[in-house]
Amino acid sequence: MTITENGPVLRAENISKVLGGKQILKGVSFTLKKGELKVLIGPSGGGKSTLLQCINFLIPPDEGQIYLDGEEIHIHRKRDLYAYRQKVGMIFQDFNLFDHLNALENVSIALRKVKKIARKEALERAMIELERVGIGDKANLYPAQLSGGQKQRVSIARALAMDPEVMLLDEPTSALDPELIGEVLAVIRNLAQDGMTMIMATHQIGFIRTLADNILFMQEGEIIEQGPPSELLMAGNATRVQQFCAKMNELYEEPEI
Amino acid sequence: MDWSFYAQELVPALNQGLVKTILLIIPSASIGLLMGIVVGTLRAYGHPLLRKLGDGYAGLFRGTPLVVQLFVLYFGLPNLGIYLEPYTAAVVGFILCTSAYQSEYIRGGLLSIRRGQLLATQALGFSRIQSMLWIILPQAVRRALPGCSNEIVYLIKYSSLAYIITFIELTGEGKILATKYFRFTEVFLAIGLYYLIMVTVADFGLKKLEKRLYIPGFGKG
Repeated sequence: MTITENGPVLRAENISKVLGGKQILKGVSFTLKKGELKVLIGPSGGGKSTLLQCINFLIPPDEGQIYLDGEEIHIHRKRDLYAYRQKVGMIFQDFNLFDHLNALENVSIALRKVKKIARKEALERAMIELERVGIGDKANLYPAQLSGGQKQRVSIARALAMDPEVMLLDEPTSALDPELIGEVLAVIRNLAQDGMTMIMATHQIGFIRTLADNILFMQEGEIIEQGPPSELLMAGNATRVQQFCAKMNELYEEPEI
Repeated sequence: MDWSFYAQELVPALNQGLVKTILLIIPSASIGLLMGIVVGTLRAYGHPLLRKLGDGYAGLFRGTPLVVQLFVLYFGLPNLGIYLEPYTAAVVGFILCTSAYQSEYIRGGLLSIRRGQLLATQALGFSRIQSMLWIILPQAVRRALPGCSNEIVYLIKYSSLAYIITFIELTGEGKILATKYFRFTEVFLAIGLYYLIMVTVADFGLKKLEKRLYIPGFGKG
């Protein structure tokens, strides 16, 4: 396959996974074009998190192929796999910062040890990324000294420092106190507006409505509906997404972003 | 009281023994700790085969008396044509024994690190060895340090077993003197005091190290 102007950056084909005897993913496929933001929603246990972790092989899929810029990724070629993962940033629900490193070191460590960039240069780059997510003043604090929202912003800076082509976000605001969700969503909104290619599992309906290009609704390991939010979320449309979001709206009030 | 016995016999003999004890402890503690880190890492995160081997090693050396291990090294190996000097046999025995215990503390430290951090390193493109070296071990060692210090304190005291395989260190010197003059109480109290001082000094150093390695979120400052 050749890369065309509007060809997908990332393509997942027919991804299947069985975990603990249960079929978590049943042949899921999707593509991400450059600058596109796709959102994964659906009931918990539907396979969203597993799908995201299959994309960068944190969970190796049983079946299916992943292509980045048209090239298939093979998990057994370690060197290629490590290079691929550097191009695919991942944001976790519970941040997963490195507890023994301060914010600046958290962002710079992979630049130094994986990309082999000189220390001074790596620290400068890390500082730029921390400022980009609005926490340059927290560079010397350790994870134990940061709030949840600040931790998540450090983890976003850590991913951005690697210059990823695609970002995978696994419910980045689900572990946050309600008053901290806004600051993280604002950072992600800026990324989307700057043209970052992203796929994100989230239940922030307001965010989805205004920023998502496409919604993928996952249930029991399959994408059962997909389309732009304007279509799927339109009141009166009897879509599964519409029902689900109506329920979510009843349960949670959303902060303004 | 007969001070000349203390000044002319006991203290010089014990000081001579003390030097030998220190010569036993320093290589045994440092190499033993390093080896414990390697074995502990293999036992926690290694290939299943290496994991089994590591478990077997730790089980064997934690499960048999140190005296027996020293006897095998010093009196048993010559049957296979391997002759070790008393000093070498003692140091090798101590290293093998202490690293089995250290590996257990390190393994505990490693298993206490949340799996999410390992996922985060993988997602950033770290290789397995890189993530162990730069992310997981620096945290695990901090968590394991109080236990590892404890093992070093034990080592200081069980180094006295070297005299059984004829390496005359602190306890050995004392025992010779005690038998010669039949003054067991004073001599062994003095030996006890020497060990107490060594342990206190080691404790002080290890606490200092713990403080130096302190990071918010890891133990007390």
